[in-house]
Amino acid sequence: MNMVQTLLGLILVVLAAGLMLVLSLPRLRKAKRVFRTIPALQGLRRSIGRSVEEGGRIHVSIGKASIFSPTNASALVGLNTVDRIAQFSSVSDRPPVVTSGDGTLSILSQDTLRGAYRAANALEQYDPERGRLAGPTPFSYVAGTLPVIRSERVSTNVLLGNFGPEVALMVDAADRQNAFALAASDALAAQAVLYATAKESLIGEELFALPAYLQSGPVYQASLTIQDVLRWVVVALMIAGTVLAVLGITF
Amino acid sequence: MRSPVAAAVAIAFGLVVLIGYLVPAGFPGADIAYMVRSVLVGWAVILAGVAALVGVLSLFLTHLTRITAKKNPDRYSILVVAAFLFTVGLGIYEYEFQPSAAQFQKVVLAVQVPVEAALMGLLVVTLTFASVRLFQRRKGLMAGVFIASALVFLLIGSGLLAPLRQVGPLAALLDFVQYLPVAGGRGILIGIALGSLTAGLRVLFGADRPYSG
Repeated sequence: MNMVQTLLGLILVVLAAGLMLVLSLPRLRKAKRVFRTIPALQGLRRSIGRSVEEGGRIHVSIGKASIFSPTNASALVGLNTVDRIAQFSSVSDRPPVVTSGDGTLSILSQDTLRGAYRAANALEQYDPERGRLAGPTPFSYVAGTLPVIRSERVSTNVLLGNFGPEVALMVDAADRQNAFALAASDALAAQAVLYATAKESLIGEELFALPAYLQSGPVYQASLTIQDVLRWVVVALMIAGTVLAVLGITF
Repeated sequence: MRSPVAAAVAIAFGLVVLIGYLVPAGFPGADIAYMVRSVLVGWAVILAGVAALVGVLSLFLTHLTRITAKKNPDRYSILVVAAFLFTVGLGIYEYEFQPSAAQFQKVVLAVQVPVEAALMGLLVVTLTFASVRLFQRRKGLMAGVFIASALVFLLIGSGLLAPLRQVGPLAALLDFVQYLPVAGGRGILIGIALGSLTAGLRVLFGADRPYSG
């Protein structure tokens, strides 16, 4: 990175951090924020409720991105979703199951499940086998996840994280079981495939809205506001960069 | 109550690595920041390797439990356990007694590659059916735009329209159209990057803790 790129990155990070601090202040966090309706997320909430009532299992698959890779942010959202779903379904007869395609993610998913049950005062329900490494390579991950979707009485599937186009096989398996499936990925190829194969999919940064829509806390709602602000900042920077390039000023 | 020590360690290490990335070169202390960052990232890589090992062992134990389950034992798990033990045994033998593990790699790949190729074939069939059923799943303008753009860019990418490049203005038009998916993809990736930024900051602020401590 050259000096200008480093400085722009620094400005964006400092701006986002400042906004997060300000919007998380008690006075501002009480301000009611209205979010647009995302039908896929409404469907997910309904399906989670139905699964808990009818004794179906919820399956969350959090992708194959290592927590050390640049694409790990989607895994963080996946882990937060696991936490919320485990708390929602702590009264269910069938505890949720989490699959992943990376060793670190499987350990973190077990830890997240344990933390969620502890928070819900239901630590006796915690079973480390519910956070599984399905397979360490993309296709072995899919091959290891398909039996979970097919044979563990799963009625709700949440596929959320870094996937390749092979995620279509998981969605197809869920479809054949007549189970609800919400799928979202940060990878462009997977998003295109999911748009064609999944009944409910999230496109682009909608993935990062999931914790806010699952009422994970005010900081997640503040994050969405920050994303909106930063988007306009990036648009302004792009227009400014274009104008400067047209004028022959380059860095 | 989650452990404050775990949160403090995560936040401190995260901040040090972030500073290592954002300090401009030539800035006082930049060399130290880069060095500390690379040491921490090196430790993280070692931890990732250990975590992968733990994950694989956990996978093995899960299948072992399924074989011995009193209710509905899973017989397919026998294959997984047998393949795992065979691969580990062969790997240890090769690395211990052979100068290079080339034969071992060859054996593993001779099984893995055809299996994955078969799954890719299955994926092609699944995607073909999905594209046919797209209009059953999604109705409205967006589905039409999706299909139309897929067809147009497939046609342009296939090279069938290459003769049209001889016609002056059409060449420029085709070049412009070819850039559209790149621009759209970048737009989506900018949104993903902004979401990633806020997700990372939540971890640094301790608001999001993907660890129970």
